[in-house]
Amino acid sequence: MSRFLSFRRLFSIIAKEAVQMRRDRITFAMMLGVPLMQLFLFGFAINSDPKGLPAALVATPEDRFARAMVSALEVTGYYRFTHPYVSAAEGEALITRGEVSFVVTLPTDFGAKVLRGDSPQILIEADASDPAVASGAISTLGTLARQALTREAGTEAETQAQQARQVDVVVHRRYNPEGITQYNIVPGLLGVILQMTMVMMTAMALTRETERGTMENLLSMPVTPIEVMLGKVLPYFVVGAVQVLVVLTAAKLLFGVPFVGSLGLLLLGVLIFVMALVVLGYVFSTLARTQMQAMQLTFFFFLPSIMLSGFMFPFRGMPTWAQWIGEALPLTHFLRLVRAVMLKGAGVTDVAQPLIILTGFALAFSALALSRFRQTLD
Amino acid sequence: MSAPPAITVTDLVKVYGSRTVVDHVSMEVAPGEIVGFLGPNGSGKTTTIRMMCGLLTPDGGSGKVLGHDILRAQRAIKREVGYMTQRFSFYEDLTIEENLRFVAGVYGLEKGAVAQALADLGLTSRKHQLAGALSGGWKQRLALAACIMHRPKLLMLDEPTAGVDPKARRDFWDEIHERAAEGLTVLVSTHYMDEAERCHRINYISYGRLISHGTVAEVVAHAGLTTVILRGGDIVAAQKRLRGQPGVDQVAPYGTDLHVIGANGAALRRAAEAVAAETGARLIPAETGLEDVFIQLMGAAQDNMS
Ligand SMILES: Nc1ncnc2c1ncn2[C@@H]1O[C@H](COP(=O)(O)OP(=O)(O)OP(=O)(O)O)[C@@H](O)[C@H]1O
Ligand SMILES: [Mg+2]
Repeated sequence: MSRFLSFRRLFSIIAKEAVQMRRDRITFAMMLGVPLMQLFLFGFAINSDPKGLPAALVATPEDRFARAMVSALEVTGYYRFTHPYVSAAEGEALITRGEVSFVVTLPTDFGAKVLRGDSPQILIEADASDPAVASGAISTLGTLARQALTREAGTEAETQAQQARQVDVVVHRRYNPEGITQYNIVPGLLGVILQMTMVMMTAMALTRETERGTMENLLSMPVTPIEVMLGKVLPYFVVGAVQVLVVLTAAKLLFGVPFVGSLGLLLLGVLIFVMALVVLGYVFSTLARTQMQAMQLTFFFFLPSIMLSGFMFPFRGMPTWAQWIGEALPLTHFLRLVRAVMLKGAGVTDVAQPLIILTGFALAFSALALSRFRQTLD
Repeated sequence: MSAPPAITVTDLVKVYGSRTVVDHVSMEVAPGEIVGFLGPNGSGKTTTIRMMCGLLTPDGGSGKVLGHDILRAQRAIKREVGYMTQRFSFYEDLTIEENLRFVAGVYGLEKGAVAQALADLGLTSRKHQLAGALSGGWKQRLALAACIMHRPKLLMLDEPTAGVDPKARRDFWDEIHERAAEGLTVLVSTHYMDEAERCHRINYISYGRLISHGTVAEVVAHAGLTTVILRGGDIVAAQKRLRGQPGVDQVAPYGTDLHVIGANGAALRRAAEAVAAETGARLIPAETGLEDVFIQLMGAAQDNMS
C-alpha cells in the first residue's frame, strides 16, 4: 500500500490543490456561475417531434386484431415495437428502465370484443418524463385505432365494423402527466453541468503544472502516479457536491420538479458519474500539452455529450449510429439514471445497468490515466 | 578502500530528434565532494543532471546514484536526492509556508521541519507572502531551502545562484561547504568562475561531450595555455595588431591591461614581444585563469563541430 499510495503524500497534494483552487478566484466563481447560468438558459424548453420510438406490446399473439393494431401503429412512424407480446410486468419494467417509450396494452379478450361488437379498450402508457416523446405519438392515436379496426373487421361483417368504431383508447401519460418540459430538462441539466465543469477543471490538472514549469519539481519528488491523480481529482468532488446541491435546490424551488425516488440512490449515481468525469478530465490532461489543448479536448467531448446523450433529443428517437455514439458517453447513462430515479422513483435494480456502466467508465478511464502518466520529463 | 561513489555514470547519451544533446558522458563523484559542472549554454548540463536524478530516461549508458540504478530505481533516487531546478519551479500561487509544507508532506517530514526551514531562511516573518511575489534571489533561496529540507545525501543544484547577490552567494557557498564537511555530496552547475574555484573538482562539458575534468589546477594545467599581459602603451592598437597573429588565440582587455593567451607558448611570446615593442607596452608573464581555459575549450569544441 505505502509503496503506491501514502495518505500523508496524498493529503499534501489535496491540500495544495485546494489552496490553488481557492486562490484562482475567477475559476472558483465559474464553478458556481456555470451551473446557475445553464439552469436559467435551459429552463426554456427544447421541443421536437421524434419518430420511431420503441414500444412494447402487451397482448396475446394469436389475436389478429392485435396484429392489425400493431401494424397500424407502426405505419404512423411514431411507434416501433421492439418488444412485442410481453407480459404486463415486463412492460412495466421496460418503461421504468427507459428501454421503451410506450407500452400498448390490449386486453386478452380484445379480438372477441371487437367481433362481438363491444367497445374494447386499448391502454397506451407513454413515458412522458420526456414530454417530447409523448406529444405527437399520442395525438394521432384515437382516430388511428378506429381506422385500423374498421379495416380489419370489414372483411368479416359490415355491421360489426360499425360497432368496432366504438373502441376506447385510454392514454396514460406516466411520470409527468402535464408534459412539463422542465421536468425532463432540469434533472438532465444536473448531468450536463457536472459533465462540463468536472471534465474542464481536471483537464487542466497536469497541463497547468507543465505550463508553469512546476512539473519538473513535482516529478523530482517521490510522488506516485496514483497519488498525483487522486490528489488532483478528489478536491473536485467537493465542487461537484456544491453543484449538485445548487441544481437540486433550483429544481425543487424554481421549477417544481418532483423528486419521487431515493436521494441516496441518486447521490450514489452522482458519485460514480463524477468519478468517471474527473478521471476523464485527468486523461485529457495527460494528453494535452497546454491548457488550451485541454480546453479543446473538453469541448470536443462535451458537444456530442450534449447532443447525443438524450439531453437535447429523445435518445430512442435518434438514428441508430447516433445511439451507438450515445451509448459510449457517460452522460447518456447518467441521464437514464437521474431521470429514472428522480421522476419515476426507480429502485436499485431498475438502474443497475447505468450504475454498472458508469462504474466501468470510471475504472477504464482510471486505468488509461495511470498508464498515460509520465513519471519523467521525456 | 574508499567509500562507494555518490554518483557514478558511464556513457550517458540523450538524443532529441536528430541531435545528440548528451554524448557519452561519464562522471564519478565521491561522497562529501563538491563538484562543479560547467559548460556553455545549451551544452547539456541540465539534461545530464535530469538523467542522473531520475527525471529523464537516458537513451544510452548506465550508472548509479547513491547506489541506486538510474534506469530502474528512479523513485529511490528521488527520495534521497535534493534537486534544485534551474528555473524556479515551486508554486507561485502558494505562500512560502504552503510551499514548504507541501514539500514536507511529500517527504513525510515531522512537524517542526517547516518552521525550522523558515527560520533558517530568515523568512519566518514573510511566510504568508506568495512565492510568486518574491524577488528572483529570494526565490532561489526558497527553492534551495525546500530541496535541502528532507536532508538529502546528495544535492544536485542547477545554477542555484543565478541572480543572487554576492553576499547571499557567499553565504550559500559557506553553507554548502559546511554541509559537505558533514558528508553531503553536491553536484552544482554554474557559469561563475569564482564558484567553480570553490569546488573540489570540476567537470567541463561542451556540445554534450565531457571535455575536461579534475581540480581547477589540473584543468588549467591540462589545457597547457600560456598567458602574457601587456601593460601600458596603446592598448587599442595592440589589441588590433595581435588579433589573428600566429600563436595568439585570445586577446582580452582588462582595464589598462591586455591579456594575451595561446596554446603555442613560443609563437605567442614572439608575437606579443613584437607588438609590445611597437606600442610601448610592458610585457608581464602571468598565470592562466580558469575562464581563459574555458573560452579556449569552447572555441576548440566549436572547431570540432564544424
Ligand atoms: N525537451 C527537449 N527537446 C528538445 N531539445 C531539448 C530539450 N531539452 C533540452 N534540449 C536541447 O538540449 C540541449 C542541452 O540543453 P540543456 O538544457 O541541457 O543545456 P544547459 O547546459 O543546461 O544550458 P544552460 O546553461 O543554458 O542552462 C540544448 O540545445 C537544448 O536545446
Ligand atoms: Mg541548464
